[in-house]
Amino acid sequence: MKMHDAKRIEIIIEAIMERRLTDILIAAGVTGFSVLPVKGGSGRTGQWSRAGQISRAEGMVAVVCLIKPERLDILLEAIFPVLDRHIGVVNITDAKVLRVEMF
Amino acid sequence: MKSVDTLSGDHPLDMILSLAATNLLSPIILCFVLGVVAALARSDLSFPEAVAKGMSLYLLFAIGFKGGASIADHGVDARLLASLLAGVVLSAGLPFVAFGLLRVVTKLSVLDAAAVAAHYGSISIVTFVAATSILQAQGIASEGYMVAVAAAMEAPAIVSALWLLSRTGSDARSMDSALMREILLNGSIVLLVGSFAIGWITGNDGLREIAPFITAPFKGVLCLFLLDMGLVAGRGLMRAKGVISGRVVLFGLMMPLIGASAGLLAASLLGLSLGGTVLLMTLSASASYIAVPAAMRVALPEANPAVYLTLSLGITFPFNLVLGIPLYVAVASAVMGG
Repeated sequence: MKMHDAKRIEIIIEAIMERRLTDILIAAGVTGFSVLPVKGGSGRTGQWSRAGQISRAEGMVAVVCLIKPERLDILLEAIFPVLDRHIGVVNITDAKVLRVEMF
Repeated sequence: MKSVDTLSGDHPLDMILSLAATNLLSPIILCFVLGVVAALARSDLSFPEAVAKGMSLYLLFAIGFKGGASIADHGVDARLLASLLAGVVLSAGLPFVAFGLLRVVTKLSVLDAAAVAAHYGSISIVTFVAATSILQAQGIASEGYMVAVAAAMEAPAIVSALWLLSRTGSDARSMDSALMREILLNGSIVLLVGSFAIGWITGNDGLREIAPFITAPFKGVLCLFLLDMGLVAGRGLMRAKGVISGRVVLFGLMMPLIGASAGLLAASLLGLSLGGTVLLMTLSASASYIAVPAAMRVALPEANPAVYLTLSLGITFPFNLVLGIPLYVAVASAVMGG
């Protein structure tokens, strides 16, 4: 079966910034993405966990999307202002997709 | 349990100690202590995030509804509007006091000091809920609209702190419409004000209909919620070792007393009842750990959350819960001749 090249972008960002990030993704034409909860982890300020938390201040979410390779730079430029000053990680991996017309 | 009537003839210090002892041995405080001890002992006891959020939603709904029903029962007077205004002024003004105190007493940066100051102008709704529970146990009535005052005190402190930063030339995110919407329409405020309105509209008939849900289980849920708060506070304290200095801790103990004094003065000017005075003192003495930390992460991402969350939840919240509220009851009783 024929596979097509794509880029998988995974952005782990503070939960409080989720809406701002997804608004930019939609404005940039990325209408397909998934938001996943992050239960806990560890970073420069030490370990953290969502267990028992009621404030959104400390939580993180993972936003995952797949796009065509030629749209990568435009998208990264669009999301950079949201990510710039905040805790988080952006990683991009090469991926293969079956239905290229979906992206 | 000793009521405030039997305490009123005691020496003020005896009264404070007696109230503190009674308070310390109440289920809600013991549950909080259990949470802190379990966290410090590195127990794996924990509440799922959804359960903790569910309990906080329940408590906000119950306290808002009961406050609204109380207003329907007793009616509205000019004091309600004056109390709301006083709440806004206290919330907007206290960050300036906190910021000045932090800059004099501690070595926190301007950014961290402003973020902490915003927390101390805003309020902790759980401390407020605990205070109403303690007042009820002491048989002290309070104005139902204090719930609305609590809601009004959530946001102005954030505006003051950001204004303070703008005056120092620091790089804070401007107060855009998205941030303003998040502050004013955060879930806690919407639920508190909304349930208050429903309680007001439906009155005591509405309250009777849902009393088995919002009255009888209230203290049990509050106990479990404070157990969770104890766990979160204890784990926060362990993570914050070396992050906050002794002087910063001292601020976390001094600022509630300054806030409570301002609340007492405002309540005296407003002519609030003993219960209302204690609640306004408690609100002014408490520090936010739901709405403001989230707003600070958006507006001041470079400010260190370990500092403001540890101070708010690890220092000031336990202080108010265990010693502060009994102290405010005793002082208000002494000042008002209760």
